[in-house]
Amino acid sequence: MMTNLGGRVTQGQFSFLPDLTDVQITAQINYALSKDWALGVEYTDDPHPRNTYWEMFGNPMFDLKDPAGILMEINNCRKTYPNHYIRVTAFSAVRGVESVTMSYIVNRPKNEPGFRLERHEIDGRTMRYTIHSYATDKPEGERY
Amino acid sequence: MKKSVKADITLDAKTRYSAGVIPYKQMGYWEPDYDIKETDVLAMFRMTPQDGVEADECAAAVAGESSTATWTVVWTDRLTACEMYRAKAYRVDLVPNTGPGTSTEAQYFAYIAYDIDLFEGGSIANLTASIIGNVFGMKAVKALRLEDMRIPVAYLKTFQGPATGVVVERERMDKFGRPLLGATTKPKLGLSGRNYGRVVYEALKGGLDFMKDDENINSQPFMHWRDRFLYCMDAVNKASAATGEVKGHYLNVTAGTMEEMYARAEFAKSLGSIIIMIDLVIGYTAIQSMATWARKNDMILHLHRAGNSTYSRQKNHGMSFRVICKWMRMAGVDHIHAGTVVGKLEGDPMMIRGYYDTLLDTHTPVQLEKGLFFEQDWASLNKVMPVASGGIHAGQMHQLLHYLGDDVVLQFGGGTIGHPDGIQAGAIANRTALEVMVMARNEGRDIWNEGPQILQDAAKWCGPLKAGLATWKDVSFNYASTDSPDFVATPTASA
Repeated sequence: MMTNLGGRVTQGQFSFLPDLTDVQITAQINYALSKDWALGVEYTDDPHPRNTYWEMFGNPMFDLKDPAGILMEINNCRKTYPNHYIRVTAFSAVRGVESVTMSYIVNRPKNEPGFRLERHEIDGRTMRYTIHSYATDKPEGERY
Repeated sequence: MKKSVKADITLDAKTRYSAGVIPYKQMGYWEPDYDIKETDVLAMFRMTPQDGVEADECAAAVAGESSTATWTVVWTDRLTACEMYRAKAYRVDLVPNTGPGTSTEAQYFAYIAYDIDLFEGGSIANLTASIIGNVFGMKAVKALRLEDMRIPVAYLKTFQGPATGVVVERERMDKFGRPLLGATTKPKLGLSGRNYGRVVYEALKGGLDFMKDDENINSQPFMHWRDRFLYCMDAVNKASAATGEVKGHYLNVTAGTMEEMYARAEFAKSLGSIIIMIDLVIGYTAIQSMATWARKNDMILHLHRAGNSTYSRQKNHGMSFRVICKWMRMAGVDHIHAGTVVGKLEGDPMMIRGYYDTLLDTHTPVQLEKGLFFEQDWASLNKVMPVASGGIHAGQMHQLLHYLGDDVVLQFGGGTIGHPDGIQAGAIANRTALEVMVMARNEGRDIWNEGPQILQDAAKWCGPLKAGLATWKDVSFNYASTDSPDFVATPTASA
């Protein structure tokens, strides 16, 4: 069990707030659309802080400008992977950015066992650190 | 008309180069009809001439002494393409609200152009040795201040620029769409390595993204640097495991020699640190060296602007901080302290916006109200993350987000560690306040006016925020700024 506030992984923009409602998610979708950012839905069962590439639930929706349609995609992902981490990611194609501009979690497993810190003692008092997700001891798809 | 100006001051070659002293204007450093080249370095100085020194002559003297001139005529000029090497003062304006009829003695904005061949590529030291090398002590000026510079694209391209940059820093940290949160470990001096790491762990586990050494934490008797690095990295990794987030601590590698700084930076890297820190007082060349090292070693480079106020704060003498921002973006740092607007340190909101734009934009137009006197194309140099630090707390979150935007590290040192319920609670309060305010802004709410209510509403379900707001509810630092823009708004054609 995680011992931080809320006992959960706090990646993303809004993990310190209560879980987002569909109305709140729609408001964030509208904000992204107003900036001309494309939205993508991504899911994973490996929440390691450096696991960059979550699985894409389809490509970023460059041409979908309807917030209800985007919310439907998010909810499709939630239905398909109810016990995975799911995040909404916004992409800007503007020169000087050309990267992710928003990222927030909209679904998470019921139980989040967290991470083990492995300390590998080497010369002197120097240490090498490895963060290990307890969930990944099991194969993909069977973790939560 | 143009010709007559030139004819008035130009001497024939024989007269010009006969031994003796002639005015700088007549030496060729004043050229009001000069055509600015795209490749010229431009500088704008605020001058307070000595009594009896004409503004034009004063500007020519500044141009002369910051380029080729010495106090007397030298025939050896004639062995060179000296016309080109001479800097040209090309414009002088009386500063609004100074001079006769005001309470301030006359000041002038002097614009000077320098040919790019006056400077060595990729060297801030060489650029500054010319521009600010000698002129500030010249007797012809009572006071002098470097207000702004335009660096040509051709010259910018000889600099590495920020080792990491805002975009890549965010990608490495996996943090998007909100300001980053940090805090400086306090007290600054006296904690042992073990006690110091405790503060780092608590604040990072509570929810901050970064913790930071202070500018004067190096390797003192109470805590030698290796101890600090070892304990801090244990704290960083433990907090990362406790939250599932990438975390960092700016390990200050500032030391007496480059060799020692490299040794400390290497040790930080070997422990897995993602970020190191240096102080401005190490000097421009040392900063560039560390930026090169940081690029080569996947390290984010934080710069503390220690010492800058000795020359940037007074309005009539020294240099504006926006010039430091330009030089530091060229020199290659990833973070720089650039003001909070609402905190305990100096800063007029528009001037600070000018610093932020200088650090973050790909192109800045002339904006006199922000103190930006030149258009600047940044030639794809990475962006520098501004850091807002000093006397800020969760209760000001709406103001901070309004003034500073998303691309900033908000550092709540006292505002985290001084929380009545402990350091973790302080961090939770700050992170919750930040997230709730970003969400509200994105929802289209008027956070400037509704901000306090938005925080109070969140405090109903977030105890640490409630306690934090109660502790610092009305703390603010309202002093008049010593530095503010001087300009007269020009009505547009349609107005």
